[in-house]
Amino acid sequence: MTSTVDAAPYTVEEVCERFDPVMGLEVHVELNTATKMFCGCRNEFGAEPNTHVCPVCLGLPGSLPRVNARAVEGAVKIGLALNCQVRERSGFARKNYFYPDMPKNFQISQYDDPIVFDGHLDVPLDDGSTWRVEIERAHMEEDTGKSLHMGGATGRIHGASYSLLDYNRAGVPLIEIVTRPILGAGTRAPEIARAYVSALRDVIQGLGVSDVRMDQGSMRCDANVSLMPKGATEFGTRTETKNVNSLRSVERAVRYEMGRHAGVLLSGGTITQETRHFDEQSGTTSAGRPKETFADYRFFPEPDLVPIEPSAAWVEELRAGLPERPWERRARIQTEWGISDEELRDLVNAGALDLVADTVEAGAPAESARSWWVSYLTQQANTAGVELAELAITPADVARVIALVAEGTLTNKLARQVVDGVLAGEGAPDDVVAGRGLAVVSDDSALTAAVDEALAAQPAIAEKIRSGKTKAAGAIVGAVMKATRGQADAARVQSLVLERVAAGS
Amino acid sequence: MSELTRLSAAEIARRVQAREVSSVEVTRAHLDRIEAVDGGLNAFLHVDREVALAAAEAVDAEIAAGTVRGPLAGVPVAIKDNVATSDMPTTCASHILDGWRPPYDATVVRRLRDGGLVPLGKTNLDEFAMGGSNENSAFGPVRNPWDASRVSGGSSGGSATATAAGETPLAIGSDTGGSIRQPGAFTGIVGVKPTYGTVSRYGLVAFSSSLDQIGSFGRSVLDAALLHEVIGGHDPNDQTSIDAPLPPVVEAAYAGARGDLAGVRVGVVRELSGEGNQPGVLAAFTDAVRVLTDLGADVVEVDCPSFTYAVPAYYLIAPSEASSNLARFDAMRYGLRIGDDGSHSTDEVMSLTREAGFGPEVKRRIMIGTHALSAGAYDALYGKAQKARTLIVRDFAAAFEYCDVLVSPTVPVTAFPLGERVDDPVAMYLADLCTIPTNLAGNAALSVPCGVSADDGLPVGLQIMAPALADDRAYRVAAAYELARDTSSGTPFAETIPEPAVLETTS
Repeated sequence: MTSTVDAAPYTVEEVCERFDPVMGLEVHVELNTATKMFCGCRNEFGAEPNTHVCPVCLGLPGSLPRVNARAVEGAVKIGLALNCQVRERSGFARKNYFYPDMPKNFQISQYDDPIVFDGHLDVPLDDGSTWRVEIERAHMEEDTGKSLHMGGATGRIHGASYSLLDYNRAGVPLIEIVTRPILGAGTRAPEIARAYVSALRDVIQGLGVSDVRMDQGSMRCDANVSLMPKGATEFGTRTETKNVNSLRSVERAVRYEMGRHAGVLLSGGTITQETRHFDEQSGTTSAGRPKETFADYRFFPEPDLVPIEPSAAWVEELRAGLPERPWERRARIQTEWGISDEELRDLVNAGALDLVADTVEAGAPAESARSWWVSYLTQQANTAGVELAELAITPADVARVIALVAEGTLTNKLARQVVDGVLAGEGAPDDVVAGRGLAVVSDDSALTAAVDEALAAQPAIAEKIRSGKTKAAGAIVGAVMKATRGQADAARVQSLVLERVAAGS
Repeated sequence: MSELTRLSAAEIARRVQAREVSSVEVTRAHLDRIEAVDGGLNAFLHVDREVALAAAEAVDAEIAAGTVRGPLAGVPVAIKDNVATSDMPTTCASHILDGWRPPYDATVVRRLRDGGLVPLGKTNLDEFAMGGSNENSAFGPVRNPWDASRVSGGSSGGSATATAAGETPLAIGSDTGGSIRQPGAFTGIVGVKPTYGTVSRYGLVAFSSSLDQIGSFGRSVLDAALLHEVIGGHDPNDQTSIDAPLPPVVEAAYAGARGDLAGVRVGVVRELSGEGNQPGVLAAFTDAVRVLTDLGADVVEVDCPSFTYAVPAYYLIAPSEASSNLARFDAMRYGLRIGDDGSHSTDEVMSLTREAGFGPEVKRRIMIGTHALSAGAYDALYGKAQKARTLIVRDFAAAFEYCDVLVSPTVPVTAFPLGERVDDPVAMYLADLCTIPTNLAGNAALSVPCGVSADDGLPVGLQIMAPALADDRAYRVAAAYELARDTSSGTPFAETIPEPAVLETTS
């Protein structure tokens, strides 16, 4: 019926004339511990299928889990960084449901006593303001294996002729971070969703406890969206959109669902509570399995594990060892660089501040670092349709390029070609310089020959220079640069031109 | 019957280690005994002569070279078939595990091997240890050596019968609601459920994780204690394992055998020791209490009013955990697979396999447990059962404030005829009345034979319960009682176990 047909999406502005959106974001983060959550198998992405498995993570009869202390530490660190309280006694629970990639047909998770709870994250928005997202809880659980559905067109289970199972990921430590409902965001809901996930990624990256790679699945976001009539207090029926694998997709998925919900509601339909899949290509969502109304996970305390009781002293030790929070770092950076609020905001808007700071930390002058990230690299990111931070170049690479320019190995023009090479996956800056043969022509004899040739070709200009009109040298410099295909240092060419004219050539 | 199969484990160990007899000879005698009588008893599901003899030979070679791995080096042992063994199948007496061979040894199995014991084979049980008669095995019931028309008890019926019938001097069992003590009582041997967390569960196929406990069978208190010490102690692979020294159970068995219980306070649990018992059971129990008094114990009656909730609480908690523990048997990775012919979906293959692979009692408990954990029923069923469990823990704590040990009959009845209760699960469940409270509270208990019932000539068990981590108290009282019992009758009780009829086997 109409309730399941995708109506043409309304814009968020149109949606918010009639409705208030409510969002809830669930982010799963895989910890980068050396071993899995409940056994000694290696926690490694991308290994040969079913090579990091043992009786415990395969759930073989008789096997028992044992908790990875480093995973508990990672969970507590994330909680502390999100201003959460740490529970004195926190238990595991079993979440029961049948699925072939889950070896025990239950997932060891946490239920009503998550390890950390009641926190918040102040999320920087594009206009320089911040939005406080309340964190309800973060809890520990084990990841499932991976199903590969073969023989179908979509890679999904429907239409597949068989499935392959890889249990390497089964038992990888996972932290699920759940927000409280985000209210009052209005038309900014999609932006806030993206900014929250981005800020969360920054914080966790700073802690070093996860790779937080959305493209590899070590950070995954499920976005719950509902609409309620403007001014209402009772939430509407929500949908949960899964498979949102980039920051940009988070924003697009929320925007699409808001529009779709409004379309359904305004045409008199009702929203079905269900999970939906986000399609990166079309930017739309499609219905998954109906949820919650039928699923009963039969949570109960995990009898094979004893509760976790982090000591207050240990928690304080971890708190004291937390790295500077990204927003505190920003305040410090602004002071150190002496930049205005507006300049800071521009950097934040471009998603460039931390990148610039890291570039400066890697040895580059702040001014050059800012210039690279907010101009050339921002253009490249826009062209590629990705976030600045998602570009395949690191702050250390950029710092190296700046250093090569400073020492005269590269001109600015050559430097851009080197950056293009890095972005194209040709290696580190020095590899690209060598591979593309981009170093400045600094051999004076070659340059001198080129200068002499240019002067000889344009005797009138040579005469002007000789008569003291040194500005005319520009034309000769240009000719030399053209002849060397830009690989010469223009300042050096300029001085050579003056030298050769003075020498009477 | 070879003389070697009548010996206690302690005596076998002594002779093997003194090189008066080889472990190979002892092992072969037991294997021959199994061959002779097990066709009628059905205690074993798997026996591998070659593997057992090879293990015995290795122990003999070590002893010849001057190395004795432990106090029980060279002694044969049988292992309940819900404990994982890397060199033998592990079926849990269920078709759902058809064809599965574990790639690893359970911690207790590793400790048996490290201690130089010789595994003879795997013993029959109620499917997934769910039952009290061994009639729920997918591979047929175990028969009682005292009367082959009667049940062995369960769920560790195979281990109990094998030990009672001289097929093995020692056996490993598991006890979730009485599954060691009850068949121990029914077959006239000693069966011990140690304190929860003192014997590793790693490798025990879980039925109810918060209740399951591996323990030992022997024909004497000392034998059970010797095996207990081999398998017990902290194991980091089991997070419910207690990181504390094992109570000194062997020392306690020796201390008890000095025959003095002066100053020991024994509480008779009134709720378990009255008219609900079969008259012959009650008479044998009363007589055993009188013996304890004669030994100098200070006997009092204690009330444990919440024990009346134990059976209903148990039959919610255990199935709840079981419904989750048994979810993994889904045909995807190991064991039986039904319907994988290209015409069925994954979900259908799971359903068809579970339908065909599990027996009726297992299905019954999965359904009860699934319901008890469901959103609408959780608080009223699982939640309330956990509250009852807390009350039972408190009853024990109050009683142990005054008493060193508590006693009751192990089972209110003697071994019943095969088939008598299969259609009446509630009657079957009530046979666990006396044993279940200890599992719910996690403390220690054992069953020691206290003669036979005058009604039917079948053995009766005396249950001795001790506080958590005070298993040694139960051993001390049991050893003192055992000595007094045998002294007064003039014959060790183990020697009164009748020779099982050698039934015609249809092979």
